[in-house]
Amino acid sequence: MRSVLKEAALPVFAIAAALLLFGVFVWFAGASPMEVWLILFKGAFGDWFSWQNTLQRAAPLMLTALCVAIPARAGLVVIGGEGALVLGGLACAALPYVLPLPANALGSLALCIAGALAGALWIMLAGWLRQYRGINETISSLLLAYVAIGLFKHLVEGVLRDPASLNKPATRSLAEGLAIGGIGGSDVHWGLAIGVAACLVSGLWLRATPSGFAVRVVGGNPRAAQLVGLPASRLILAACGLGGACAGVAGAVEVAAVHTNANASLIAGYGYAGILVSFIARHNPVAVIPVAILFGGFGAAGSLLQRRVGLPDASVLVLQGMAFVLILASEGLRMVDWKALLNSRAPRVQEPALRKEPPMHDEPAAVRPLEPARPPIPHGVRVAHDVARLQEVTR
Amino acid sequence: MTPDQWTALVAGIVGGALRVGAPFLFVSLGECLTEKSGRINLGLEGVLVLSAMASFGGAWLTGSAWLGVLVGATAGALLALLHGLLCSLDRVNDVATGIALMLFGTGLAFYLGKPLIQPQAPQLPAIPLGNWSENPVVRSALQINALVPVGIVLALVLWWGFARTRIGLLVRMAGDSANATRALGYSVAGLRIAATTAGGFIAGLGGASLTLFYPGSWNEGISSGQGLIAVALVIFARWNPLRCIVAALLFGGAGAIGPALQSIGVGWGYHLFNTVPYVLTLVILVLTCKPGSVAAGSPGELSSTR
Repeated sequence: MRSVLKEAALPVFAIAAALLLFGVFVWFAGASPMEVWLILFKGAFGDWFSWQNTLQRAAPLMLTALCVAIPARAGLVVIGGEGALVLGGLACAALPYVLPLPANALGSLALCIAGALAGALWIMLAGWLRQYRGINETISSLLLAYVAIGLFKHLVEGVLRDPASLNKPATRSLAEGLAIGGIGGSDVHWGLAIGVAACLVSGLWLRATPSGFAVRVVGGNPRAAQLVGLPASRLILAACGLGGACAGVAGAVEVAAVHTNANASLIAGYGYAGILVSFIARHNPVAVIPVAILFGGFGAAGSLLQRRVGLPDASVLVLQGMAFVLILASEGLRMVDWKALLNSRAPRVQEPALRKEPPMHDEPAAVRPLEPARPPIPHGVRVAHDVARLQEVTR
Repeated sequence: MTPDQWTALVAGIVGGALRVGAPFLFVSLGECLTEKSGRINLGLEGVLVLSAMASFGGAWLTGSAWLGVLVGATAGALLALLHGLLCSLDRVNDVATGIALMLFGTGLAFYLGKPLIQPQAPQLPAIPLGNWSENPVVRSALQINALVPVGIVLALVLWWGFARTRIGLLVRMAGDSANATRALGYSVAGLRIAATTAGGFIAGLGGASLTLFYPGSWNEGISSGQGLIAVALVIFARWNPLRCIVAALLFGGAGAIGPALQSIGVGWGYHLFNTVPYVLTLVILVLTCKPGSVAAGSPGELSSTR
């Protein structure tokens, strides 16, 4: 418990500092910080309506954050979750074109699996390029995300386009029974349950299973992993696949529960926000849940901020950016041994005060102001004095 | 296709290479300078967007495009300075900081740029390179951004500076061996902060050429990842400023294929052709990287290539 508190202290501190800084920022824009903070809270967690909005946004955030967190535990910085999300949504929307699906929960499950597969393959490609071609996965996953978005637009505006969608190209809408509904009649869809379950399961997998432990060894110390003969490449590919599958499911859920078809509004930046969530959660899948809810809440409050105070909707992006910068900066403070630092600052045993003696004639005081002037000591005496001092110190 | 269409296509791609390639050139030069000092700045994407906004805003407020360029480059340098300072803290990863600044810079630009979406700012003058031709298509395609010559001169200066000057040697030393730098009594962090800031200034010129020449207006989709492609471009150019020119033109040309085809009436695959730069980057990375070995010519301290 104590270690959990210790782990959580710095992120909480960083988010609080980001909110404070954001207050200063909006103050410059002429808004009252107090009012902005209040609206941020109300828009995110004020009433049941805001909670629904928040949780609806938190669901894809959890899944895209896992796309960063799981590979990060294997030592990879994957930032292309947006690509996996977009392709997952595309696969979900395209599956009914090629396969007649039963219009019930089984059909919805098949949609999610299609999304997961598409996302997994896309991120595994980045992992494969790293392991077998030596390409930095951060760059390749991001390039792949742009390729995925191009592919998405090409197909949605091409062969998959529903002729009825005139102004905004989209695929055909999913059948009524295939859509993922709300939990208990609310606006919060089952994607949230999937997200929470994915976080808990992957957290448990990393913490309590041999293969999960092996992934953490590979990420923590590649040399040790090599020495004990762990199949590093296979483990890294597995971690990438799992992460990509999560982001793919996020896309599938967005299509099946929110948009009912694949269109350009699927590309809403959840993949990039997931990077932030994962870093603040320190790549801990279980910690992803509360952080995703918090940032889902900030996202939900954005439109309220725009309506009530007249701040641009991008102000939430600024807040996110500040939080991200501060969380990274706080990483530098993590290992500081606060106790030792405080002790060293605390008053110690009284040192004898320096005596001020009149300066010698041939040595002006201004040259060595801090050292008390001493009469010159003959060499032999000085050595004896030093030896005595040494003995005193070592005793 | 008729000969006229061929001319239009070729002119479109060549002109596009020069127009679309200009931001690539500046961002890759900035990234090259940063990486030579041993750090990678993924935040140049944020620098690019922020400086694009700042230069547009500066030009709109002052009424002078060149003052706008200066404002943009300064904004870019400030954001890059933040990157340099953050990375000098203990245990702060430069890749993660870059992602954070990408988010922060973009958010800040969108926030401050809201009132700039409507107005029209004074634009940079164009250099007409196509005046030899009678063909109006060629003439309009070869209107060159006035910043392009600046970029080429800058590339030459950087190349000469790295090879021949004391400062260039110091930056390269900080990039190749932090220990050697320390042993000679120079501050590694100081050199890297300076190089990152200067790199941000150069990348800011790229942002200026986005909003003050082509496409020539400010909107939130102004950058499509040029700042990130720059990282791959620098690998492709093997950390050589002169090769950055070639790489930037190549990528500009690749990015211009889609619009050029559309201009002659080929609408199919517009979005696919737009992904050509990214695919090209990946192909280049596959060809130039080898597993377990460092890319040729890369600075020894660089974390992304180890």
